[in-house]
Amino acid sequence: MASDDQPTILVFACNWCSYAGADLAGVSRLEMPPHCQVVRVMCSARVRPEFVIAALSRGLDGVVVLGCHPGDCHYSEGNYYTRRRALLLKGLLEYVGIESERFQLRWISASEGAKFARTITEITDAIKALGPNGWRQPPPEG
Amino acid sequence: MARRRIGVFVCHCGNNIGGVVRVPEVVEYARRLPNVVYAEGSLYACSQEGLSSMKEKIAAYGLNRVVVASCTPRTHETLFRNTCEEAGLNRYLFEFVNIREHCSWIHMHAPDEATEKAKSLIKMGVAKSCYLEPQEELESEVCPEALVIGGGVAGMTAALNLARQGLKVRLVERGKQLGGLLSEVNKLFPANREAKEILDPLVEGVKNHPLVTIYLGSEVESVEGFIGNFKVRIAKVEEEIKVGTVIVATGARELKPIGQYGYPTMANVLTQLELEERLKEGVDEWQSVVMINCVGARVADRSYCGRFCCLVSMKNAILIKEGNPQAKIYILHRDVMASGVEAERYYRRAMELGVRFIRYDPENPPQVLGDGRVEEVKVYHALIGREVILPAQMVVLTTPLVPQADNERLSKMLKVPLGSEGFFLEAHLKLRPIEFATDGVYLCGSARHPSDITESVSQAYAASAKAAIPMREGVVRAEAITAFSQESLCNGCGNCLWVCPFGAIELRDSERRGQVAGVNAALCKGCGCCVAACPNGAMQQRGFSDQQLMTMIEALAEGV
Repeated sequence: MASDDQPTILVFACNWCSYAGADLAGVSRLEMPPHCQVVRVMCSARVRPEFVIAALSRGLDGVVVLGCHPGDCHYSEGNYYTRRRALLLKGLLEYVGIESERFQLRWISASEGAKFARTITEITDAIKALGPNGWRQPPPEG
Repeated sequence: MARRRIGVFVCHCGNNIGGVVRVPEVVEYARRLPNVVYAEGSLYACSQEGLSSMKEKIAAYGLNRVVVASCTPRTHETLFRNTCEEAGLNRYLFEFVNIREHCSWIHMHAPDEATEKAKSLIKMGVAKSCYLEPQEELESEVCPEALVIGGGVAGMTAALNLARQGLKVRLVERGKQLGGLLSEVNKLFPANREAKEILDPLVEGVKNHPLVTIYLGSEVESVEGFIGNFKVRIAKVEEEIKVGTVIVATGARELKPIGQYGYPTMANVLTQLELEERLKEGVDEWQSVVMINCVGARVADRSYCGRFCCLVSMKNAILIKEGNPQAKIYILHRDVMASGVEAERYYRRAMELGVRFIRYDPENPPQVLGDGRVEEVKVYHALIGREVILPAQMVVLTTPLVPQADNERLSKMLKVPLGSEGFFLEAHLKLRPIEFATDGVYLCGSARHPSDITESVSQAYAASAKAAIPMREGVVRAEAITAFSQESLCNGCGNCLWVCPFGAIELRDSERRGQVAGVNAALCKGCGCCVAACPNGAMQQRGFSDQQLMTMIEALAEGV
């Protein structure tokens, strides 16, 4: 983990629902652990599985993908692709020997600021409980 | 890669960011990041001073990428992009870092961690900005016709306001006639004029306007497309309608408080709207009426205030009292919401006429007593500190407006969100109150939250004025975040084509590589589904390329 046993967690949030939900959490001044960094994408389906693998193999302790609830995708069907990819990706992570809990997919709507805060808190706690990411690749020598 | 000259502007947002995140320390940190040639703190980056300073620094330091760390792109991206453009920089050479909503506001009691997190977010933004490229926006035509869903006071006002500007309007109303909830109302506060004095001219205006087509007893079945070019199907209507903008004015309905205070089993327990129906036929000689406010409002499973229900109870109390000055009228309330000059005056008038206001405690609510019909109401009178029994020839329950039952269906159809209470959720409460984050879709009246006539009319003017902008301009520019295919990497597998929700991708013959994917940028909405589906990295998205996102991941991982 980064320092002082604090994890570093990368969060991809879709522009239309989850990023807005995260904004609402801010507007509502909901406090949550400070270990998550949100990256905005237009749709959760933009998140290439390689991003998750890259993040975990570089030592990040967790990756979270947040999208619109099923049926609510701004692009109609993007989050359905995300859901299918996530399922496969979790299997792949287990196969290569990494705790699949380090990768999480959740649905958060624009009005769910409180759910965003709760989700980030729960996931941070769960990843802290897992301990540091053991899959971290050794830094290049020299 | 040409030399990057990045400028970083870190906003204090007054105390909003600066009160938690140590901005000067963050500025120092940003200054030392690779390719950053200038960094400054700004009290308010979005103020005239902040924007002027940004433009000056772009020129003075020859900046070719700009990173602003402040609030959210959802409200301020356009402003900062415009500023870059005014300084001669392509508007897509700008990157937004959110250190307010996503940092200072959610870590208010952890200034050290918040400061470190802000640094990390800026590092990621700076890293991404190195890979930003200038982009051109694609223009598309806007059909100068609007769809207004809902023929109540908000919808009719919006429709008429658009028509009077020379724009065609399709007004769809589910009911058999225009008027919505207002047609059920008797009189309106604060002047106690008949509702139809307002309603009738509006209905006539809409019916007689040659540019308004009205669909009564009709529902919108499907809406597809985007700003400028929505394709709409109305149930039982053959032709497909094309419109440029959509206004949601579907209103709300009165809560029927089944199971509370003897409703509806006790014969003399009514809702305010049911009372109004009877008042239309004239004021009976009621001797005693007890009204109970906040029934089903400001409770655990419906936390909002109905905004004008207190005034409705006062209005009907005044009308009954004026009909029979001897009548005993009690309004049992939790708090009286009567804000503003007119409402306060109205409240005083009710008290002067002898309407009694008694505050009750929701923990110890009033009880209706009687068999088959209410005879008396027992309530704990908080001021005199004991229970009182009030005579009640009639009990009127004041309930809030609640969302329409099919809001969810419409919200999915239009791809716009609902709030936690089930009303439509605007793009921003203060900055964009009558529009959705989705371009070309607007909102007014009680579909958004319970609104009285004054508010509904103002919102309808606002929504129609906003909707008129793209229709009068005739063109909209789409954000340049579309996908593009790098033909030299494409092997023509067609994954992208299958996942594209918009049919924007086709396989084209290429002279050297057989079939390759090509994107029709006019149809692409920039979701990036195809990019993640491409096994070769041939498909990319402007502003969200693999390289841009991967470099953010690497920047974050560097400190780990």
